[in-house]
Amino acid sequence: MKKEDFMVFIVFFIFVGLLPLFIESNYALTIGIFSGINALVAIGLCILMGYAGQVSLGQAGFYGIGAYVSSILSVYYGFPVILGILSAMIVSAIAAVVLAVPALRLKGHYLAVATLGFGEIIYVILNEWGPGGPSGFGDIPHFNIAGYSIQTTKESFYFIWIIVAIVMLYSINLTKSNTGRILRAMHDSDTACEAIGINVPLLKIKVFILSALYASLAGSLYSHYVTFISPSSFSLFYSILILMMVIVGGSKNLWGAVAGAIVITVLPELLRKFQELDILVYGFILTLTLMFFRKGLVPIISEKIKNVRGYKFAKH
Amino acid sequence: MLTVFLQFLFSGLTIGAVYALVGIGFNIIYNSTSIINLAQGEFVVIGGLLMWFFSESLKLPFFAAVLCTLISSGLVGLLIERLTIKPLKNPDLLLMIMITISVSIVLRGVLMFLFGKEPYVYPPFTEGEPINIYGAIIQQQTLWVISITLFCIILLFLFFKRTITGKAMLACAVNPTAAKLAGVNVSKMVMLSFILSAIVGAIGGMTITPISLMEYDKGPMLSVKGFCAAIMGGLGSNRGAVIGGFIIGILESMTAGYVHSGLKDAVALVILLLILFFKPSGIFITKSMSQLRKF
Repeated sequence: MKKEDFMVFIVFFIFVGLLPLFIESNYALTIGIFSGINALVAIGLCILMGYAGQVSLGQAGFYGIGAYVSSILSVYYGFPVILGILSAMIVSAIAAVVLAVPALRLKGHYLAVATLGFGEIIYVILNEWGPGGPSGFGDIPHFNIAGYSIQTTKESFYFIWIIVAIVMLYSINLTKSNTGRILRAMHDSDTACEAIGINVPLLKIKVFILSALYASLAGSLYSHYVTFISPSSFSLFYSILILMMVIVGGSKNLWGAVAGAIVITVLPELLRKFQELDILVYGFILTLTLMFFRKGLVPIISEKIKNVRGYKFAKH
Repeated sequence: MLTVFLQFLFSGLTIGAVYALVGIGFNIIYNSTSIINLAQGEFVVIGGLLMWFFSESLKLPFFAAVLCTLISSGLVGLLIERLTIKPLKNPDLLLMIMITISVSIVLRGVLMFLFGKEPYVYPPFTEGEPINIYGAIIQQQTLWVISITLFCIILLFLFFKRTITGKAMLACAVNPTAAKLAGVNVSKMVMLSFILSAIVGAIGGMTITPISLMEYDKGPMLSVKGFCAAIMGGLGSNRGAVIGGFIIGILESMTAGYVHSGLKDAVALVILLLILFFKPSGIFITKSMSQLRKF
């Protein structure tokens, strides 16, 4: 990791860590928790899209698998929560392989639709065969380890964001490593990569699995935080939301995924005062962002900062 | 046995006709711009709700209401193209998909603001006794849906094969630069394709509303199903979209009837995945045709 990246990392997470000291309201902290959970899914999709160049509209499927498998195991089979989460990740990884092997031969629209189809099938399965059907089920235990249960909003906030920090650290390292460079090369041309001896299909499948693992982990954390889940949280709309986060934040940059997750999670809360009109205002803001800030917020802002710095250097 | 089967078959054909129209709507825009307009399902909702507004709320006579609905939905298509698609220079695929999704969110917002969340319905086009075929009851509106859909398809076929404008639109799809050099106004054709596909979607909405009611948030599911239909037949092929739409509609109603109603939505998606994995170019498009495509 370069020094500059490390500085950004430290500053950002110290800032996040200080937030609960200034924010008293549980409501605001809860939004912070959901931002963190969404950020996990968005980081995975960002690596898949921005680095490996593959679209997915099915992240809600893996998110749903994560939530349901780990909750069902802990509620009905008495699994310890951490074991449930790990089992869910294994199930998601298997699902990702089954989907990725045929799907990653597809490109563009077709890949988008294949993953969308996968997500919707998972949604239908949860609706039909999930405990409680469309109304879902509750009494899911909070996350606990060695007898200590994470229950209060403040604890959960720290817990979720520590996990985001770990995932982020791993992802930054991955994208700055040799693998990351290969991924970016693959983004530009599959053929060129194959010509220099890279097993492109295998790498694509690996990245797909990684993004599924992140989504599954996020889903499990979500279910053990809210302790009640129903299929409606895992519909196509969630997949689209995650895609929005990555694009609004800037898909070529992992920080974009985090920023996008925060913006898209906080925005609807700020729009509450528009009541009935919130979906309309939300749509307008998204459309305008997509049209006028095409690269995403983070790249544009970091360019601005660099320009200012360049200006100072020029003056000296 | 036969009675029940026929009943399912006809309800499948009815909803299949709407999927077919949505699928054709996708094709019209895709053929002239290579864009997948995921707001396509919203056009169906607009058609249904505007028809209610003109015929029930303003009490316009039937044909005037139809005409007003078609014109105003065409206008919506025009506005979308001029405001969101045209200003973009060299957009990439993903951005286009996202823009059409966010446009569909805006449209849903507007519809909810104007019409609220309750479902709307108006009387069928013709009053009269339902028709009885071997014991299966078929409403007259069902016949309207199917025949209007088929009529639309024939008109569109003639438009694309026989008129110079239709041919120019197809030319834009194959090679926009060459079309421009040959004197085709590409920007106008793109605009036209949005108007046309909005109108086709609205026709679906107008005809189906008396049977299945219409509410502001029906759009996304219609988009997905219509897209399944278009992909199944091979993106860009109208004949394929029609057959795909009817197949999906029939399979859906058979699954709902014979297996389990909750699985009805999964059918289209499972078929979609199977087709994508085994013959991604669709059933009715040859490999060489699909290689012409940009995306």
